[in-house]
Amino acid sequence: MAILVDNETRLVVQGITGREGKFHTGRMVESGTNVVAGVTPGKGGQEYEGVPVFNTMEEAVEETGANASVVFVPAAFSADAIFEALDFGMSTVCCITEGVPVHDMMRVANYWRIRHATLIGPNCPGVISPGKANVSIMPADIFTPGNLGVVSRSGTLTYQIVNELTQRDIGQSTAVGIGGDPIIGTNFIEILEQFEADPETECVVMIGEIGGNAEQNAAEYVQSEMTKPVVAYIAGFTAPEGKTMGHAGAIVSGGESTAEAKSEALQRAGIRAATNPSEVAELVAEALGTSS
Amino acid sequence: MDLYEYQGKELLRRFGIETLEGLVAKTPEEAREAAEQLGGGTVAVKAQVLTGGRGKAGGIKVVKEPGEAEEAAREILGMDIGGHEVKQVLVEAGAEITSEMYLSILVDRTEKKPLILFSTEGGVDIEEVSERNPEAIVKIYVDPLVGLLPYQVRELSFGAGLEGDVAKGVGKVLSDLYKAFTESDASLVEINPLVATEDGRVLALDSKVTVDNSSLFRHSDIADLHDEEAADPEEQRAQEAGLQYVKLDGDVGILGNGAGLVMSTLDVVAQAGGEPANFCDVGGGANADEISEALDIVTANKQVKSVLFNIFGGITRGDEVARGLLSALERSEINLPIVVRLDGTNADEGREILAENTPENVYTEETMLDAAKKAVELARDGGR
Repeated sequence: MAILVDNETRLVVQGITGREGKFHTGRMVESGTNVVAGVTPGKGGQEYEGVPVFNTMEEAVEETGANASVVFVPAAFSADAIFEALDFGMSTVCCITEGVPVHDMMRVANYWRIRHATLIGPNCPGVISPGKANVSIMPADIFTPGNLGVVSRSGTLTYQIVNELTQRDIGQSTAVGIGGDPIIGTNFIEILEQFEADPETECVVMIGEIGGNAEQNAAEYVQSEMTKPVVAYIAGFTAPEGKTMGHAGAIVSGGESTAEAKSEALQRAGIRAATNPSEVAELVAEALGTSS
Repeated sequence: MDLYEYQGKELLRRFGIETLEGLVAKTPEEAREAAEQLGGGTVAVKAQVLTGGRGKAGGIKVVKEPGEAEEAAREILGMDIGGHEVKQVLVEAGAEITSEMYLSILVDRTEKKPLILFSTEGGVDIEEVSERNPEAIVKIYVDPLVGLLPYQVRELSFGAGLEGDVAKGVGKVLSDLYKAFTESDASLVEINPLVATEDGRVLALDSKVTVDNSSLFRHSDIADLHDEEAADPEEQRAQEAGLQYVKLDGDVGILGNGAGLVMSTLDVVAQAGGEPANFCDVGGGANADEISEALDIVTANKQVKSVLFNIFGGITRGDEVARGLLSALERSEINLPIVVRLDGTNADEGREILAENTPENVYTEETMLDAAKKAVELARDGGR
């Protein structure tokens, strides 16, 4: 099983001929992903890493039966690429690009076709179902197949935590980086819903940070709807007000957006919260009953 | 990017919103001249700073004649408001105000839509109003694909109980403000207070405008307004080098790769009893140039007594990071103790490379917690 991407995934890389697109296409192919097509307007007919390139999503889908896309298109054109992917029936669209204008993302997020698809990102590391499909820029080697779901607003913090889990032989069903921007396609709750429904996933790690109130909403959802154990970690307790901490969406602007407020909401909901990244693996081991 | 009040008002005027006549002054003499040019009567002298709370800090004074305006400007210029030095004031004509209201449009992250907030209680902090009297605030979400609809403007008017000229005036301001919000790629436009005057006009008496940094590439006119002098010099330098850097108050300098990991490193340092001096994300690569630039920026802050470099090797492997770091250290002349914590892909190889070639001031640790403790300890010992 796993969620969002698996052995059935037939991936299109939008922006395949750019530096990042090309580099990561190679890595995704290497880690076993079925990359069926690339799209770059004007570069149709070429081939990269053995993957045929098309001018439009329409052609790519017609020729290859693609069902998911990953977007490496520059920020100014990312929204257009996402609209194109949605219009041609992609069930999962994963936008890696950082710096997509917020107003562009508001339009994308309210487009009616988004209801029939899952948009991950932008400004995210992507999605990986270890051993099945890698639709991401994440280092696949640190992941191992298993029964833990991971959902996170941060890239490297996810790698840090996943690496420690893998070292403890706790494998992952799917890891989803939902992205660090203020407006993102899919938030914690939608991913938690999918993990709850996924028979392969037994426990979920949720990694949050300052900014917005997605963690509070997720905490309420976990308390009222989830049967599987959830372990959380929040970063940014030392962040000053009004300063963007690397991610465009990581900014303290009023009560709800602080790490303290998020942490309190998690506690109220009875969710195990780690105080540092290394403690996550310990809490997961406890939750799974595998602690030594 | 935040705009000064006078810049925000310029932007609002471009979209048809009325403000009072005003002039920017950088010296007390200029303030007097401005007051004379505005007719010699009552004016407000207002500190221009990119932070809130200037009224409470004494940064706004209403005076009756140009001589007093000069005096007021002398008091306000150079004032420190929330860590921001006042370098200019806005001298603005007076008006006969009959009511003060609040109007803003912001990006609602949960609904993923523009949210309009309006209240007939203006001139006070909207968060205060929302706690004390939430019913006094009218909220309207706009579908960004459709835009603001006329019925929504009417909803606001009737919802807030507005009548006559004021209802008409507020309706027009709202339509213009929505246009300003979308066409400028703003993440916040706030008018507090929005006032009705005795002669039946509706004016923006203040403005707070934040433009989405990711959209500045298509608004070069707004990007040009960026005040380099108002930014912290290290933050400015980091921005030019393409690094994410935020200055803080402590003495443990912090670098790492990835925003989340660095934020978490700051927290762990604080838990170990230390105080982080900064946030600095060097990005995913192990490029020696980038690392040495980042190290220089972090240690340019004289408060820094020790440095913690926390790296997780992902696609960029640990051995590459170690080599990049060594070559960066060779180039710079940093004598401060540097604690390096390397984890992830090829971390063992990376640590070996560091162990073989470590300069005296470099310490390696395996875990984030141990590294944080070590860095805090070294800072306590006085560092340099």
